[in-house]
Amino acid sequence: MPGILRVLRAGPGATVQDGGRYHHRRHGVTPAGPMDWAAFRTANLALGNDPDRPAAVEIGLSGVEFLYEAAAPVGVALCGGGFSWLRDGSEVGPAARLVLRPGERLAARPTAGAFAYLAVAGGLDTPVELGSRATHTRSRMGGIEGRMLREGDVLPLLAEEARLGEARIAAPWLTRNAAPLRVVLGPQDDYFGDDALSAFFSEEFRLTTASDRMAYRLEGPEIAHKESFNIVSDGIAMGAIQIAGDKKPLVLMADHPPTGGYPKLGHVARADIGRLAQLRRGETCRFVRVSVEEARAALLALEGEIAATARYLHAPLRQSSTQDLPRHNRIDGVVDERSS
Amino acid sequence: MQSGAPRFLPAGEMALVVEFGTTIDPALNDRVRALDRALAAQPIAGIVETVPTYRSLMIHFDPRLLSTAALIERIRRLDPEPDDVGAPARHWLIPVCYDAPHAEDLGEVAAALGLSPEKVAALHAGAAYRVYMYGFAPGYVFLGGLPSELTISRRPVPRPPVAPGAVLIAGGQALIASIAMPTGWYDIGRTPAALFDPRRRPAFLVEIGDMVTFEPIDGATFAALQQAAAEGLPVARPKA
Repeated sequence: MPGILRVLRAGPGATVQDGGRYHHRRHGVTPAGPMDWAAFRTANLALGNDPDRPAAVEIGLSGVEFLYEAAAPVGVALCGGGFSWLRDGSEVGPAARLVLRPGERLAARPTAGAFAYLAVAGGLDTPVELGSRATHTRSRMGGIEGRMLREGDVLPLLAEEARLGEARIAAPWLTRNAAPLRVVLGPQDDYFGDDALSAFFSEEFRLTTASDRMAYRLEGPEIAHKESFNIVSDGIAMGAIQIAGDKKPLVLMADHPPTGGYPKLGHVARADIGRLAQLRRGETCRFVRVSVEEARAALLALEGEIAATARYLHAPLRQSSTQDLPRHNRIDGVVDERSS
Repeated sequence: MQSGAPRFLPAGEMALVVEFGTTIDPALNDRVRALDRALAAQPIAGIVETVPTYRSLMIHFDPRLLSTAALIERIRRLDPEPDDVGAPARHWLIPVCYDAPHAEDLGEVAAALGLSPEKVAALHAGAAYRVYMYGFAPGYVFLGGLPSELTISRRPVPRPPVAPGAVLIAGGQALIASIAMPTGWYDIGRTPAALFDPRRRPAFLVEIGDMVTFEPIDGATFAALQQAAAEGLPVARPKA
């Protein structure tokens, strides 16, 4: 029988997420899903899981600690942000695949970034609602009773397998990068004049404390509308940059409602959503305009890189395996299977 | 029917807005529904789901399988008048109690509009509404067709959460709330019908394009129907 992850400690911000609750947006259902899809997908792929379907734990700025209770070991993967992870008190680095043994504890400390992921081989076995395990706290759906995790919660696992050995995970999209976030204009960019658009694409914005899984509110120059800021509600996609009457950008994130009534200047490219999600309150970002074709090309390139890294992590033996894994690996207890 | 080519507006590289206009208008919404049905009848590989709104259709797609330009080209080639697919529009009779302790804001609305509470309830229950879209939260339906006498602007500050099933008005529109949420709208009644029940198939009662009429019920009937709804019995019914 598969084991459980028992929550020993969880501050606000830890939720169960899968790839998202799709196919119900027409009925007002928020997709939810991971804030940083690239990190989430990397964790699942590192275990040989499907990239998007298995549910994992998303951990926010309060950190979390789990105890693994089972009869046999299980493979887990952790990555995202620049969190530091500890197994029974020993550092295992910001991103790794581990074989967790019964009775071992795993703790995440948010040293940098805003969201990290803990995926397990086979995924978490929490209830499926409308086809998904993703937690959406506002509509109390998914995860455990539709809420954030708390001390004493039990997360059942779907499988008990550890067919891949331990490995450090290193990938450029898991490290910080201050490059401007790419933005595709529309659908209501015509609600803004040239001055407003040029301010948006030239100035710096700071993430405010009024930011959560639903939306990131940014502080910066005023982005004024040409005339009205009310529109008849239309659809919303993740990354939409909505500008309401306060003339401040609000970027709609994973928990966004599927429709809304404010003009949307543009959308943050999917390839850069994870970098935005990893900002902390008080940190800054800039935006650069790209075409929809450029945004798509960037996304396909990133998806290709993530898949390639996963293949690399699954290779049972590789000639130059010492090149980028153990050399940087100053971690006790993490052993690359390929070097053993 | 309004004509003219729709505008194709990207919403990032994974969604496309097909906009037929910018106002609330049954003819515009008919065109939104027609495109939605055409896409259901002639599926395009790579479309994840569609979201009809008052005046536009948002199409979410998988960018591995479709580009924005390819999707626009495919939509242009669709047969715009497909054979009707799916269920035809239905007309729902939805019971509503306009009495205390429900209808928390009925007195406030009546005072603001210079009408009696009974008149507000009678006007609200006397109209036929069109389901334009869902939004805000699972199962929240936005209805057009509110009598103009009941036009009241939204609250400047949201009120505390309404009960599930609350029937709301504001900004010349009507809304049925499915779950408890704070709102800038006014609570003038409550239905025992569950518009969204995740355990039910289908989980969502009404479809975009359906019609809705409210039937006034008293407090005792509300309690009985609420019990029936809790047992999974249908409380709202389509008109014969």
